[in-house]
Amino acid sequence: MYNTLNMTVNGQPVCVAVEEGEALLDTLRDRLGLTSVKRGCEVGECGACTVLIDGRAVDSCLYLSLWAEGRSVLTVEGLRTDTGELTPLQQAFVDEAAVQCGFCTPGIIMSAVELLESGRTYTRDELRKLISGHLCRCTGYENILNALERVVGKR
Amino acid sequence: MYDIASLHRAVSVEDALRALAANENALVISGGTDVLVQNREGRHAGAALVSIHDLEEIRGVSLLENGDILIGAATCFTDLTNSPIIQSHIPMLGLAADEVGSPQIRNAGTIGGNVCNGVTSADTAPSLLALDAELELRSLEGERRVPLEAFYTGPGRTVRRRDELLCFLRIRPDSYHNVGGCYIKYGKRNAMEISTLGCAVALRLRDGVIERVRVAYGVAGPTPARCAAAEVAALGKPATAQTVEQTADAAVRALHPRTSWRASREFRLQLSHELLKRAMTQAIANAGGNADV
Repeated sequence: MYNTLNMTVNGQPVCVAVEEGEALLDTLRDRLGLTSVKRGCEVGECGACTVLIDGRAVDSCLYLSLWAEGRSVLTVEGLRTDTGELTPLQQAFVDEAAVQCGFCTPGIIMSAVELLESGRTYTRDELRKLISGHLCRCTGYENILNALERVVGKR
Repeated sequence: MYDIASLHRAVSVEDALRALAANENALVISGGTDVLVQNREGRHAGAALVSIHDLEEIRGVSLLENGDILIGAATCFTDLTNSPIIQSHIPMLGLAADEVGSPQIRNAGTIGGNVCNGVTSADTAPSLLALDAELELRSLEGERRVPLEAFYTGPGRTVRRRDELLCFLRIRPDSYHNVGGCYIKYGKRNAMEISTLGCAVALRLRDGVIERVRVAYGVAGPTPARCAAAEVAALGKPATAQTVEQTADAAVRALHPRTSWRASREFRLQLSHELLKRAMTQAIANAGGNADV
């Protein structure tokens, strides 16, 4: 059965018809065309589908779309600036070569946005724990941690 | 797409209870981090989900006037860990909740789900047992309170009836006042890992003597469980390294862990001994004593 879902996606109000068994991952990718949200393991282990819901990083594969009613969803598309420039967080990933195949990158960026919004800074060990819900099979994580340290690291 | 027949988004506990009673295929879903994963594997196919996701009524942690700590079943692990009440009164539980899955899972999964799944590897269960947690189950017929110790009946099975909803977990002041606690989880990795074995110890000292003690394990048996033999061995003894050693010996004599693909029975016994020693030594330190060799 289809239901009407009203939510805010990347700052814009969205009204979309979704099925009851639909995961937010499917709604974002297939109905709204937000393909930065990656379909990975679909069981909450790889973190490739991570989005922010009301500011919190959540695996969108394990989140029923109808739960997002009235909530605010943020994906990497929502980070786009008016001038088209990358955010300092995204730029840090480029500068530190923290992106190889790029499949895990959007999810990690969203977890990093949650950290950035906290206004805190973190040690490298804390950052390791805080990105433990993301699998990256290319980088070995070191460059990702280097990039994160640039933006939210303790100096 | 998940294979479900319907999704009832409950707007209140009462609403959820009515929906559960009305349909014998109804299944409670809260954070979804277990139910949805199981659905992907084909379990509960065609279930009528009753969602208590983010039900404010049963979210959050409060400290009542009589000293009871009341934890809403729909409180997610992150909120539990960050709760000032948990941090100042029962830090062991917040730290245990921080061992679950990953940050994203902890933002979604709930303590109520962790308990109601009935699995022996639930990270919060040993600490909740060590804190004598009491569960408040509601149905249309009323409310009943069940000590967590009497909740589990087997792997994945509990005394909760299908039409009952776990609403709150209650921890009484006598279980945490001046109590030092510690939970240690062993897993093959530090993150995204299901416990190979977990041990929680909570105790209180008077003049250097252990006057109250709880020892509970996860994955040392088919359900999370207290270890009476260890508690008897420690009660009334001085809080020393020798007592810790004797308590660990007593625990291992009483436990019957099994071999699984994660670990052998022998390894689990060794872990039961070592984790108890470490957890108890830390619990003694947290209670104001010192049992370091």
